[in-house]
Amino acid sequence: MTGSNSYTYVFVIAMAVVSALLLSLLKINLQDLQEFNKALDTKKNVLKTVGVLEPDMSGKDVEELYTSKFTRQEVRDSEGKEREYYTFGSPQSPEGYVIPVSGKGVWSTINGFIALEPDRNTIKGISFYDHGETPGLGGEIDKDFFASRFVGKKIFRDGKLVSVTIAKSRLQEESEHEVDGISGASLTTGAVNRLLFDNLNAYLKLLKQGNEGNRTWQ
Amino acid sequence: MAMKKAFDAFAGPLSRSNPITTQVLGICSALAVTVKMDTAVVMTGALIFVLAGSNIIVSVLRNLIPSRVRIIVMLTIIATLVIVIDQVLKAFLYDISKQLSIFVGLIITNCIVLGRAEAFALKNNVRESAFDGFGNAVGYGFILLLVSAARELFGSGTLLGYRIVPDFLYVENGGWYVNNGLMLLAPGAFIILGLLIWLQRTVNGYTED
Repeated sequence: MTGSNSYTYVFVIAMAVVSALLLSLLKINLQDLQEFNKALDTKKNVLKTVGVLEPDMSGKDVEELYTSKFTRQEVRDSEGKEREYYTFGSPQSPEGYVIPVSGKGVWSTINGFIALEPDRNTIKGISFYDHGETPGLGGEIDKDFFASRFVGKKIFRDGKLVSVTIAKSRLQEESEHEVDGISGASLTTGAVNRLLFDNLNAYLKLLKQGNEGNRTWQ
Repeated sequence: MAMKKAFDAFAGPLSRSNPITTQVLGICSALAVTVKMDTAVVMTGALIFVLAGSNIIVSVLRNLIPSRVRIIVMLTIIATLVIVIDQVLKAFLYDISKQLSIFVGLIITNCIVLGRAEAFALKNNVRESAFDGFGNAVGYGFILLLVSAARELFGSGTLLGYRIVPDFLYVENGGWYVNNGLMLLAPGAFIILGLLIWLQRTVNGYTED
């Protein structure tokens, strides 16, 4: 009986329907909790980029600090699109700016934040919180050792946006605009370089207010 | 008699036919999730759930599954269980699920799971299959815990996040001790795993023919 074609079809279809039903039910029930976790994780990463995240903070602490210290703002990019960013501290004289960055990675979209000092030039911190890069290689971009290499680097050279690029290997000499790379992660490195420049470029209007110097802007 | 078979099905994989040290299966995840003990503990829990669950379900359905499509049917069962545990971890243990990243999803391809379903659960009754699945998962988890304990202790000086090597011994604090960075990388796991396999086979007198 179990050898006939029709039995096989019926069995396989029944199997698929039961699994699909079960998983849909589970997803519907867990979705709210998962989204809450994800939102909390994003906030944690915002705190981390400006260096105020303590390791033993509870979810409530994070929520409180986030709402009290960060203000959501908007700026128009060159195409006239509204882009959001966050100011840290008082919105009038911020102690830092947090800009969301995202772009195409090797396997999936990379999402992160970059925080700048009030001079809008020096990097305060960086974090990539959501990506699908290869674990152990490109996936290392979310590790603290990598993020710490960006701290103190500058994104403007002579009043022109150059962003910060990740070098192919260890740097030959100290540079304000380059950081050491991760070996085995050339593709991810290229993707991160591109997405940093593109995203910072979109916020040029915000950034250049602090970095015009005596130069004229193109 | 029946009880003895069930017991053997559970106890065998703990040592004599351990999936990692004797059969050398499931190495990928054993290397990937053993940097810290907490991820290894959660991974062990996830595998116990998936392996015991898939063995039970496959055994219940063993006389109904059309043999021509049995691998696909078993994979569907395993994949369903893996997605369940992945979603549950994302909802209740978000940070750990982030660290485990794709490795929970990769339980689907863990040869131990499909191997036990095909080799054992298809041919044995539900109780024995449950014991077999549980035993293999515990045997896998036991090795995972040993490897992760060694890696976390020598690589970070902690166990389950608690500091074991006292702070004052470290070079930064004027001592002489430095963590072994190799233990945090995959080669560290290979070395520990190799030593465990050697030890276990010497004790058991097991040889490859």
